[in-house]
Amino acid sequence: MSAANEAVTGHGPHGEHGGHAGHGPTLKQYVTGFVLAVILTAIPFALVIGHVVQDVLLVIVVCAAAQMIVHVVYFLHLNRSEEQRWNRMALLYAVIMVGIILGGSLWIMYSLNYNMMPGMMHAKVWK
Amino acid sequence: MSNGPIALQDGALALKPGYANHGADAPRDRHQTGEAVFVDVEPHPDVAGTIQLGFWIYLMTDCLLFAGLFATYAVLHGHTAGGPTPRQLFDLPYTLTETMFLLCSSFTCGLATLAMNADKKNATLGWLAVTFVLGLGFISMEIHEFAGLVAMGATAERSAFLSCFFTLVGTHGLHVTCGLIFMAVMMVAVAKKGLTATNRARLNCMMLFWHFLDIIWVGVFSLVYLSAVVH
Repeated sequence: MSAANEAVTGHGPHGEHGGHAGHGPTLKQYVTGFVLAVILTAIPFALVIGHVVQDVLLVIVVCAAAQMIVHVVYFLHLNRSEEQRWNRMALLYAVIMVGIILGGSLWIMYSLNYNMMPGMMHAKVWK
Repeated sequence: MSNGPIALQDGALALKPGYANHGADAPRDRHQTGEAVFVDVEPHPDVAGTIQLGFWIYLMTDCLLFAGLFATYAVLHGHTAGGPTPRQLFDLPYTLTETMFLLCSSFTCGLATLAMNADKKNATLGWLAVTFVLGLGFISMEIHEFAGLVAMGATAERSAFLSCFFTLVGTHGLHVTCGLIFMAVMMVAVAKKGLTATNRARLNCMMLFWHFLDIIWVGVFSLVYLSAVVH
């Protein structure tokens, strides 16, 4: 059974070396992910708390997206291996759907607010 | 299924014990002797992979649930109805502490994964316990924050902004609570039965869930707290 266990989890006692890609997480991966995540958390918080620059919204969004990618790669260990093909497909689907739901909602509601400004209502002539 | 000589074992056809085989002098393999193959209740390697993929697909659908809540918050966060605004309510250093609790717990969860892969039962339990305590710290801080808001009169029915806030952050908190229960159950299971293949498969799912919650939290603190304060 021990051989089968190794096949399940993908790593034996030699996980520390991490020589072959996709064969189990290593301590190095977790440390790298943690350090990157801390940095990507600290940047937006520092900018907002310290009022360093005026327009930080873009920085917040970029840091959040980067940190999510860091989490997926270093903590969830999604990689390009063949056995994770369907995981990648499911993630791609989720990302597209989230983009449509979030982007679509904001787009529609922004246009709605814009087109239904108080002045517009009266400007429109109904015949 | 039980009537014929063929049994469906882990999706593959195999001969049942007793029905094997023609020629007693044929080389005896596991299928012919039938012991290990049929007594074994541990998941087959392929099954463990399928369990993980199934759980992954659940996580992705959970993303869609959160996407709906995020979209609602993004649209309505300015609708304060004359009530308190995000800038007045949110204490960013407090949120940063919460974030660090969850991030550290994600890291220790990773250390638990490494311990599990190295077949170290006690180290696995130890890191899971640390993860549990950090997660408990996070959820306690969140409950404390909610209680403070409600005491101030900033309840969910005050404005559209606060309704969305409590729904989104509360749903995440509920997920974290479920994750903590999942973790507690797995700690008992590992303590009792050890790192069996079944427990490993379930622990892997639990760890995926825990890391996933941290990813959702990145979205929460970026959109709910930071962006709303900047606006």
